[in-house]
Amino acid sequence: MNWIGICGYDLLLPERGVCALVDGEQVALFRTYDGTVHALGNRDPFSGAYVLSRGIVGTRKGEATVASPLHKQVFSLVTGRCLDEPAVAIPVYRARVRDGAVQVSVSVPPSGARAQDRGLVSVGG
Amino acid sequence: MRKIVVAGYGPAAHRLVEALLERDFDGTITVIGEEPRPAYDRVALTSYLDGVSAEELSYPVPPGVVTRLNSRVTGIDRRARRVTVEGGEPEPYDVLVLATGSRPFVPPVPGAGHAHVYRTIDDLDAIRAAAEGATDGVVVGGGLLGLEAADALRGLGLRTHIVEMSPWLMPRQVDEGGGAVLKGHIEALGLSVHAGSGVQEIVTDGRGKVTGLRTPDGTLVEAQIVVFSAGVRPRDELARECGLAVGERGGVVVDSAMRTSDPHIYAVGECALHDGMVYGLAGPCFTMAEVAAERITGGGAAFGGADLSTKLKLLGVEVAQFGAMEGALDVTYMDPVGGVYKKLFISDDATTLLGGICVGDASPYGTLRSYVGKPLPAPPADLLFAGGGVQLDLPDDAQVCSCNNVSAGAVRAAIHDQGCADVPGVKACTRAGTTCGSCVPMLKQLLEKAGVDTGKGLCEHFAHSRAELFDIVRVRGIRTFSQLIAEHGEGRGCDVCKPAVASILASLHNGHVLEGENAALQDTNDHFLANIQKNGTYSVVPRIPGGEITPGKLIVIGEVARDFGLYTKITGGQRIDLFGARVDQLPEIWRRLVDAGFESGHAYGKALRTVKSCVGSAWCRYGVQDSVGMAIALELRYRGLRSPHKLKSAVSGCARECAEARSKDFGVIATEQGWNLYVGGNGGFKPRHADLLAADLTGEELIRTIDRFLMFYIRTADRLQRTSAWLESLDGGLGYLRSVIMDDSLGICADLDAHMERHVATYADEWRATLEDPDKLGRFVSFVNAPGVPDPSIVFATERDQIKPVVMS
Ligand code: SRM
Ligand SMILES: Cc1cc2nc3c(=O)[nH]c(=O)nc-3n(C[C@H](O)[C@H](O)[C@H](O)COP(=O)(O)OP(=O)(O)OC[C@H]3O[C@@H](n4cnc5c(N)ncnc54)[C@H](O)[C@@H]3O)c2cc1C
Ligand code: SF4
Ligand code: FES
Repeated sequence: MNWIGICGYDLLLPERGVCALVDGEQVALFRTYDGTVHALGNRDPFSGAYVLSRGIVGTRKGEATVASPLHKQVFSLVTGRCLDEPAVAIPVYRARVRDGAVQVSVSVPPSGARAQDRGLVSVGG
Repeated sequence: MRKIVVAGYGPAAHRLVEALLERDFDGTITVIGEEPRPAYDRVALTSYLDGVSAEELSYPVPPGVVTRLNSRVTGIDRRARRVTVEGGEPEPYDVLVLATGSRPFVPPVPGAGHAHVYRTIDDLDAIRAAAEGATDGVVVGGGLLGLEAADALRGLGLRTHIVEMSPWLMPRQVDEGGGAVLKGHIEALGLSVHAGSGVQEIVTDGRGKVTGLRTPDGTLVEAQIVVFSAGVRPRDELARECGLAVGERGGVVVDSAMRTSDPHIYAVGECALHDGMVYGLAGPCFTMAEVAAERITGGGAAFGGADLSTKLKLLGVEVAQFGAMEGALDVTYMDPVGGVYKKLFISDDATTLLGGICVGDASPYGTLRSYVGKPLPAPPADLLFAGGGVQLDLPDDAQVCSCNNVSAGAVRAAIHDQGCADVPGVKACTRAGTTCGSCVPMLKQLLEKAGVDTGKGLCEHFAHSRAELFDIVRVRGIRTFSQLIAEHGEGRGCDVCKPAVASILASLHNGHVLEGENAALQDTNDHFLANIQKNGTYSVVPRIPGGEITPGKLIVIGEVARDFGLYTKITGGQRIDLFGARVDQLPEIWRRLVDAGFESGHAYGKALRTVKSCVGSAWCRYGVQDSVGMAIALELRYRGLRSPHKLKSAVSGCARECAEARSKDFGVIATEQGWNLYVGGNGGFKPRHADLLAADLTGEELIRTIDRFLMFYIRTADRLQRTSAWLESLDGGLGYLRSVIMDDSLGICADLDAHMERHVATYADEWRATLEDPDKLGRFVSFVNAPGVPDPSIVFATERDQIKPVVMS
């Protein structure tokens, strides 16, 4: 599994998102109130604009969510599913925090067995 | 004709009179009260400090009833059947009803004469006056009324201390475990609690000014105000002096017909002693009044004691107690982290519910109270864990409103037979919910069960309306969303409640929208201080107050647009919109504008948009006032004011109305004498012409009236409710609005004025402030891990010589 370092964990505001460019993919990263980091696709499938990282984070019936800033559809941060239109979903990536840095892996779909953590490669600049 | 005289004019007296009239009593009724006003809702007394006026708290005097206010009854001549009245004519009676209530008990400690009590409107006036210039207040007594008084002192801005003799707070309602949890809540609010303590003396300086309170162990609690709330004593002195039977520990002895030992004299309310009990709650007092009225008019009702269950929310903490406070078995649920304590008392065979205590979450109260003495409706653990989540069907005979003794059956009948479709309807039909209000959630439940939709909550996270949240934030002094949702909501919020709360916090505190935790609450427009467009770029709309702009500034806007390649358009609001900026370009664009003397403006955000103007008297041959000057003054005054929805305004220089002021939230039209103010206009989705609120105002009067109009709207409107819809939903409409903001009928104008002054004084250009703060500035990048890289998904085509977004799907 290919972990890519993104930024210091401190750069993420609680309950807010940022966008990262990872292997040419736009990845929306969210830090929720409990400290968890979620990584999902940044593209809003309804409008085609790359804006989900700028949505409002919250919960619906206890499930962590983000609402698209354009037309307010709500997506689960855990499954990527659109809770307003269950047929629509966005990709979910793996994210973790190591030594104060946020790392993301976009290579393997996150479902399935826990992959082995390996060394980290740093990009950006 | 029979003549009834009532001594004392409190809630019990009022209910008695109403009940007599409802029973078609055809004699005369005279009520003699010592206070300077008719009876008022003492249960809601504290709201007086929040700006509810004495008139609003007062019960209307029923027609035909003679009242003697400011008049104290000084004696009863039982043989002559006559009462004497201080400084006035004696009053003969056929039937006398004592409704003299009770007085706060003030222990005879040195200095007690300098202390306050908390019972009447006059007491509150005295406390409010004393709070001026004070920093600390102490309340003696940590019972129900003591905590209410403490909340009031806190609301007046004082550091507040509570001194309670028992080892824990509210000893009559909760046990030791509940008291500990309650103390945690109250201390978390910044109040200090001295339990297991008492009063040795009230300490004063040489000139009789209070400086503190000394406890028996010698501790000095420094304070400039001391309020005693250490219990009440029935006012039975009239009865005592004329030889009526009174209880050993006070109270006029009555039988179950509410008759005293003299068959011509009745006693009701807090002064009466029935079966060894004096009742200090409004509910039983009202029942006594009904019984007495029934008896006086020849009926046969009897008072059989009353349920002393209570549920209340003090300082934001729910506390409830019902039935017995002990039992052979008990089951406790305790969550010290969440501050919740719930306990049920059960019979030794574990089948019958005897009573319960709740602190921090009183949801089981509504349902379980009506099961006291009956078989448990579910296993105790389920009842405690799920709280109000267990939906039980209340039996028809279950009492829903204890203040007014209304059963579930009576509420159902009101819904089904009288067509009551909401809480106000049920209140009007049954009186349920009209006193302490704690049964209102049950009324809603019954309405919902009957298939009536009653929701007004903001979203799944808050059961409150925006106006209620505004009050909670204001009165409790809440500063963050986290605190608000932890104390008054559920879950972690969403795109509905977060911006609404952010706006409330901004209206009240006027801090920067990106300061601290606020940043996470804003929708993308407020977060990036610009308007998002369909392709994820933003528009910038420089503020052009009143639409007036110099050629030099026009050129700057042109240059900025050209240099950043922005699409440019003149808006319908007399300014110029620049479209197509990436997040990373926004600060650079603002910097150029700021340097040229602009600020970026709100075309986003629930705030003032523009104040449009016509050219007015400076140039126009018809103009009678300087509409441009006034528009600029208004725009600069109200810019940045966060509100439930956007605010628009316009000023026209004469009645030809070229600025379209009557389609605005507040529109101004010049007259020969001054300015006419119109409010509640709207274009948009549902157009509405504004109504004339006031005519021929001077400039100063105009501004003061708009100040109050806006602040009153901000405090009471629903989320995303424009002034037009708000005005239409306002009970009493324009007349009521006028009475509040022009005649000060609620006594809140000074507060509204001060609030607006604070806004004006603390307004800061939020774009400039962002430029000056490296932390905030750092967020304006397309990618955290590649700050210099522009977003490759943003692509433009060209149309009519300008850019146009292309979104790839
Ligand atoms: C730019 C402008 C159109 C234009 O090119 O002229 C405009 C553009 C938008 N209007 Fe408007 N409105 C503009 C004048 C108006 C007017 C005319 C006026 O103000 O004199 C109205 C009718 C008057 C009124 O509001 O009562 C108007 C009624 C609306 C409404 C419907 C409001 C309603 O009460 O029904 C919305 C939707 C909303 O706010 O919920 C809206 C919302 C919007 C939004 C914010 C929609 C959005 O979320 O993207 C647009 C943002 C533009 C941007 O990104 O800069 N706009 N909009 C005008 C900006 C004026 C300004 O300088 O501030
Ligand atoms: C701050 C506060 C909060 C409360 N909250 C609640 C609550 O949440 N729930 C609840 O059930 N109860 C509450 N109560 C208690 C409730 O207000 C009383 O039970 C109720 O007011 C009793 O009514 P009453 O008419 O018997 O007596 P009072 O309200 O005391 O009225 C008696 C009136 O008679 C006048 N009077 C007395 N003697 C004379 C005389 N000789 N001549 C002329 N006039 C005289 C007094 O000045 C007074 O105006 C609260 C009380 C206070 C002070
Ligand atoms: S409203 Fe009157 S003063 Fe203003 S431009 Fe029109 S005609 Fe002239
Ligand atoms: S229980 Fe107090 S108003 Fe109903």
